[in-house]
Amino acid sequence: MLKNRIIPSLLLKNGRMVKSVRFERYRDVGHPITAAKIYDAQRADELIILDITASQEKRDILFEIVREISAECFMPLGVGGGIRSVADIRMLLRCGADKAVINTAAVEVPGLIGEAAAAFGSSTIVVSIDARKHGSGTYEVFTHAATKATGKDPVAWATEVVARGAGEIFLTAVDRDGTMEGLDLALIRSVADAVSVPVIASGGVGTLEDFKRGIVDGHASAVSAASIFHFTDQSPIKTRKYLVDQGLHVRP
Amino acid sequence: MAYDLIMIAVIDYGMGNLGSITKALDHVGADMCLTSDPATLAEAERIVLPGVGAFADGMRNLKQTGLADALQEEVLRKGKPFWGICLGMQFIAQRSVEFGEHAGFGWIDAEVVRFQFPDDSALKVPHVGWNNLHFLRDHPMLTRIRDAADFYFVHSYHLVTADESLVLGTCEYGYAFPACIAKGNLFATQFHPEKSQRDGLTMLKNFLTWQP
Repeated sequence: MLKNRIIPSLLLKNGRMVKSVRFERYRDVGHPITAAKIYDAQRADELIILDITASQEKRDILFEIVREISAECFMPLGVGGGIRSVADIRMLLRCGADKAVINTAAVEVPGLIGEAAAAFGSSTIVVSIDARKHGSGTYEVFTHAATKATGKDPVAWATEVVARGAGEIFLTAVDRDGTMEGLDLALIRSVADAVSVPVIASGGVGTLEDFKRGIVDGHASAVSAASIFHFTDQSPIKTRKYLVDQGLHVRP
Repeated sequence: MAYDLIMIAVIDYGMGNLGSITKALDHVGADMCLTSDPATLAEAERIVLPGVGAFADGMRNLKQTGLADALQEEVLRKGKPFWGICLGMQFIAQRSVEFGEHAGFGWIDAEVVRFQFPDDSALKVPHVGWNNLHFLRDHPMLTRIRDAADFYFVHSYHLVTADESLVLGTCEYGYAFPACIAKGNLFATQFHPEKSQRDGLTMLKNFLTWQP
């Protein structure tokens, strides 16, 4: 039986690991390679590495980090940040990434998802969607590390990128990021129920129960988290143990 | 160790997570080279055909570079130990129906089809994540791997075959499909050993010493 996945995410800035709150107030939380090795030892199901380094010149730092992590961690690595072309994806795959995570360029570069899916297969292409909730209760997709509004509705946008060839959706509730106040289950469920591909839920996990709710109530295939692993004594091992006890299907 | 003289050629035809597979083989101590040169295949003792991507593009690349002919010679005629991973498994079938019908190498009596579920099914495609195998018989490649071990899958298409003797292990996703096949010097897996942590590395290690 297919298992639900627990996916730690690592946010990088200029080669350091950082953690934000609602995509602001970035705080240094250590060295990414050390963290990746610990997650591998704890048998995390997968790792997602997102680079928010602004300058193009410093992009090589990401390639080097991916090379180092993939030389020691034999689990799937999804890598994103600054991907603009098929050539960028090919470079990341050569460095040891297994999946490319595309966010801003999915909106700005028409045809990229289709081209990338044709070149590497849909299952290599993860589209990351950052959604903010408005006071009216509606949601809107943002790009550029959640600083730029797109006017797009997350469900419609997710449906569109899947039609273009995305093989997975990495969905983040911007308002929950780093708050540890729980996932936005309504947002997650609306997208997960609308698309035929797996949805990875992100933003707000603060307790082990949040992982369960993301899967059971949010209908997500996987739940991603960062703060709970950085700032509490919870680990992928304890998470799996809890989920097994709760009757969910995760790796033993 | 006994692996000193073993040279594994990992075929580079421009597709797939090549960084991952070469690093995993390196990690288990393989003397390995990534190559797109048919002549290097002739020197290799063992061959790995990895792959993630579209069937038609991959097959076109293999044919244009002469690698398809070299594989035919080294694997089928000379009988070198061969491991096809993911798309590399699908290439050895007779045909695939991914975006039109395309011919494979035809080394085994099998074809490649897309996951098909009823309309009301909640199952997602691609099949992504860790899923357990069910082994149908013993094989040297399964040494130190327990039945029901979880491996990492990421694919929308899978093999089907009427020849049950090919199937070494199945995986259940909506229905059982062949996840691991073995025939003589041919070994192939739909899952990714290079991404399957300890059990995947064990299987890669088994490949270094496997004598078909």
